[in-house]
Amino acid sequence: MLNDEDRIFTNLYGWEDFGLAAAKKRGDWDGTKAIIKKGREWIIEEMKASGLRGRGGAGFPTGMKWSFMPKESDGRPHYLVINADESEPGTCKDREIMRYDPHKLIEGALIAGFAMGAHAAYIYIRGEFYNEGSNLWKAVHEAYDAGLLGKNAAGSGWDFDVIVHRGAGAYICGEETALIESLEGKKGQPRNKPPFPAMAGLYSCPTTVNNVETIAVAPTILRRGAGWFAGLGLDEKNAGTKLFCISGHVEQPCNVEEEMGIPLKELIEKHCGGVRGGWENLKAVIPGGSSTPMLPKDVCDSIPMDFDNLREAGSGLGTAGVIVMDKSTDLIYAICRLSQFYMHESCGQCTPCREGTGWLWRVMRRMVAGNATVEEIDMLWDVTKEIEGHTICALGDAAAWPIQGLIRHFRDEMEVRIMEYRKAAA
Amino acid sequence: MKKPFDLNADYQPESFVFNKACKKKAGELIALYPPGRQQSAVMPLLDLAQRQVAEEGAKADPPYGGWIPRAAMDHIAEVLGMEKVKVYEVASFYSMYNMAPVGKYLVQLCTTTPCWLCGSDDIVKTCKKHLGIGMGETTKDGKFSLMEVECLGACVNAPMVQINDDYFEDLTSDTIKEVLDLLAEDMKPNIGSQRGRKGSMAMSGPTSLEDRAKKAGVA
Repeated sequence: MLNDEDRIFTNLYGWEDFGLAAAKKRGDWDGTKAIIKKGREWIIEEMKASGLRGRGGAGFPTGMKWSFMPKESDGRPHYLVINADESEPGTCKDREIMRYDPHKLIEGALIAGFAMGAHAAYIYIRGEFYNEGSNLWKAVHEAYDAGLLGKNAAGSGWDFDVIVHRGAGAYICGEETALIESLEGKKGQPRNKPPFPAMAGLYSCPTTVNNVETIAVAPTILRRGAGWFAGLGLDEKNAGTKLFCISGHVEQPCNVEEEMGIPLKELIEKHCGGVRGGWENLKAVIPGGSSTPMLPKDVCDSIPMDFDNLREAGSGLGTAGVIVMDKSTDLIYAICRLSQFYMHESCGQCTPCREGTGWLWRVMRRMVAGNATVEEIDMLWDVTKEIEGHTICALGDAAAWPIQGLIRHFRDEMEVRIMEYRKAAA
Repeated sequence: MKKPFDLNADYQPESFVFNKACKKKAGELIALYPPGRQQSAVMPLLDLAQRQVAEEGAKADPPYGGWIPRAAMDHIAEVLGMEKVKVYEVASFYSMYNMAPVGKYLVQLCTTTPCWLCGSDDIVKTCKKHLGIGMGETTKDGKFSLMEVECLGACVNAPMVQINDDYFEDLTSDTIKEVLDLLAEDMKPNIGSQRGRKGSMAMSGPTSLEDRAKKAGVA
């Protein structure tokens, strides 16, 4: 279990004030100027050495992402865009950072912005997080008033602005190019890539989009050293600490910061009072937000929670939104409800996704009832494969994977449902 | 997903302009974006219009909640120098812009898998029965509308609903009724967990940072 002195988010539960004075007591804004004075190269190299991978789901190495920004401006401004559109079912970690520890994010924005040559950061927060956005705005204003943002931010010699932009209820805006479109005042429909945002993003200017948690951990990493962060976790590719959100059928659902690579069973038993009805009552876990395929109990018995171990198990760490389902769960409905989610959130741009997500949901509804044929399970699998990889963004993949996970591990349950339906009908 | 809406419906008002306070606020919002990029302010301005309508609706008899009339979209198009259709496009794309009148208290029920696992079906049933309306409907007194929504990002505090700007979490059939009853009287129920826990820590107390919890008087 992670030691308290290695926890970054010491106000995760909002016991203390979110404002500047309390944040400073927690160690925020300590030596920010000195970090910036070490220069852009040093910051990026340190981030690379820390092993930090993006906390928004894809797990791309953060230092490398920052290094993709042009070294010199060609006259166009650079932008940092922070993805606070947290909407992946099972995920509720960035919310806690923004309402209880916003200064971590704001300080991180300044440092990251400096490292990529940006003088402005836009934080795109999901519209439903109204109160969280208000806390964040308050913290931004505090930072301006204290000279930590604006001209010569924190005495660093670097001018930096932070703007909070509220979304309005569209999961797709968590996709970075859809988010950029939305920020430009359009429908949130993903762009074709290339060009990648680092070349042409917001207002066709070089842009990096990072998740809230990714940016919020950066100042602590730079203060304590890359070696400290890299030393946590099972290996250097799966380093550091991570916020986990454990929901569903556990005795005590909660958010918690833990060491990357913590065994799933330990995570649930130490922090959540165990699975409802005991570990043996576990049926399956969705380990990293709704789009990651579920894992059956025998895998859950020993799986460590990190990027590579979960990928090898045919799933993913995603956002670390852990959805626990006990033996009472109708898994077919649980996944069908996710299909409804993806249908609702498809932006409508690509045919395989627009038509496919609706088709998946309609067939899944029949699977819930058992009103289908066994061959249709194979057809369902085939259609998910037709959607996966054939769309501009990953929403199509995200709609396909949960169903694939269900068929892979619980096909027998689907077949039984079909048999029972037939028996009842006969 | 695109929402159907009716620009020529009977309920559409003839005109809309930002009131004095909102006009000032609109100017501030536009100034957040670089010169020439005022289109970026279209979402903040739509939100502002919806809030102005809600403010007017709170005083009306019967009351109503925030929504975006066609006239408001036309006004925003003019303010931002956008084509009207581009504003309609944005307004209809995002789920939080109500394209038709709603009740003063818009009860948005999350029924996505994490909430469903924790009993959102019961919350839905209770709300429908207690208010006597179905999903997408508004009570006759104009106070409440029910809407099924997708994941609101408070999964460890499931089941939960959002009512206007506020989250009500860790709900049971009894506590959602209490919340609705208070709102019916225009009182302010406590927001957040309805089982008294702070944020998203484990219900029985912290499993980490115990020293800090003690100092803060939590455990």
